[in-house]
Amino acid sequence: MGGFATLLYKEVLRFWKVSFQTVAAPILTALLFLLIFSHVLERHVRVYENVSYTSFLLPGLAMMSLLQNAFANSSSSLIQSKVTGNIIFMLLPPISYAQFFAAFVLAAIARGIVVGLGVLLATLWLVDLPWQAPLWILAFALLGGAIMGAMGVVAGIWAEKFDQLAAFQNFIIMPLTFLSGVFYSIHSLPPFWQQVSHFNPIFYMIDGFRHGFFGVSDVSPWTSLGVVSGCFAALTLFTLWLLRIGYKLRA
Amino acid sequence: MGPAIRIEGVTKRFGSVLALGGIDLEVAQGEFFGLLGPNGAGKTTLISALAGLVRPDAGRLAVMGHDVASDYRAARRLLGVVPQELVFDPFFTVRETLRIQSGYFGIHDNSDWIGEILENLDLTEKANTNMRQLSGGMKRRVLVAQALVHRPSVIVLDEPTAGVDVELRQALWGFIRRLNRDGHTIVLTTHYLEEAESLCGRIAMLKQGRIVALDTTANLLQRFSGHSLRLRLGAGTALPESLRARVSAGPGGEHVLALGSCGEIELALACLREAGCSVEDIEIGKPDLEEVFLRVMERG
Repeated sequence: MGGFATLLYKEVLRFWKVSFQTVAAPILTALLFLLIFSHVLERHVRVYENVSYTSFLLPGLAMMSLLQNAFANSSSSLIQSKVTGNIIFMLLPPISYAQFFAAFVLAAIARGIVVGLGVLLATLWLVDLPWQAPLWILAFALLGGAIMGAMGVVAGIWAEKFDQLAAFQNFIIMPLTFLSGVFYSIHSLPPFWQQVSHFNPIFYMIDGFRHGFFGVSDVSPWTSLGVVSGCFAALTLFTLWLLRIGYKLRA
Repeated sequence: MGPAIRIEGVTKRFGSVLALGGIDLEVAQGEFFGLLGPNGAGKTTLISALAGLVRPDAGRLAVMGHDVASDYRAARRLLGVVPQELVFDPFFTVRETLRIQSGYFGIHDNSDWIGEILENLDLTEKANTNMRQLSGGMKRRVLVAQALVHRPSVIVLDEPTAGVDVELRQALWGFIRRLNRDGHTIVLTTHYLEEAESLCGRIAMLKQGRIVALDTTANLLQRFSGHSLRLRLGAGTALPESLRARVSAGPGGEHVLALGSCGEIELALACLREAGCSVEDIEIGKPDLEEVFLRVMERG
């Protein structure tokens, strides 16, 4: 097993060892959102023709959980390793910065997908989902998880204290995910806020992911794929550059 | 055969603080080398630069001929570092920690060697214990084990025995000596100077980022220390005039007479006899590294 494979294994094992906290808890949170919102809005809101509000909401919640947990995985692992000092064990071996990046991002995707899938599986008995285009679902799940995993790497490298990471999560990640169309279609927003939503990359992840279930979306899935792929490419280059110069990792 | 470690003109500043001021140093393969200095002298910065954790502002470092910047993967494969800080990953057991560390170096099945390391560091019984549940001394020994999992040619130990009890310290040094006999190059930093004196064949002393002494341990002891005669005289007895210039005051009213060689003992005793001095207690002091260290730091 090479350095990359071991780092990936270690990152997956790390979240799996505390899966009650890292997997079960976010699934429960998503289910509570679903129960409350569907109870309150099911009879009052209809976003797409022939799609109930609960069905509309579920993929968004699953994707939101996937994205938030992908971010949490890489960012929390890095900040913990930095604060406790055990990051030295990953910096001393002959692991290249590209391998380092890939291992953290893949582990983040793994946790995101486990949580997102958990949300969908836990509601199979409750909500009817058509799963019209599984490849779109898979593509946006992987790309969304990768983007948030890479953002987690950036945040984990940048933050020196837990409260800095919490600020990143609460003031950037949370607003972007909550204002991305998880709970509504952006067509229900005033024109100004519709335009603003188009600058939120998470909107495209949610919209493209949802398209995979219903075959309808606010924008074309190809547009979403282009935006999300572009964001991932840019973020990858930026993160690799940070790792190459050793920003806040190597003095 | 090239040197195990080559350091050429390495300089590092942290803001206005000069951590390393142009270090040149070579450590031969198979050496047991000591790196000594007071806190803040630059020892850990130098080790970190060697390990690629700190990037020098100028200069080059190489491990077994591999540049730590341009050929970092080969250099890191040949280097094992025991960090000074007591750090550990709280998610894993001792054995998991060592398996993961082996994997980072591309070693798939390392069970036999891990077992041997655990045995030598008296950690076998704790192999399946979570790192959080270990005492400070045990965690320190796991750090040593982590540095050894990939059988590096060069092993750097930064304060490896801090917090480790005497018995286990002896066991650890026995193991490290064996690795040194097997051909591994050892670089040690420690504040236990008696350990450095008994283990290291050559020593560099750092002060404020510069090497202020570099020689074999024997030469340093000879140059900066020597035998001494510790005397406690009877009440009302004064030292003879001929000895006074060479005597300094020791603890508890002792007189400490520095000796150029052991042959001077007889001459000193003859002087005392001639002067009719009554001697209550007498002891021959051997050269020690602590004295060398203090003198070098005063001078440097």
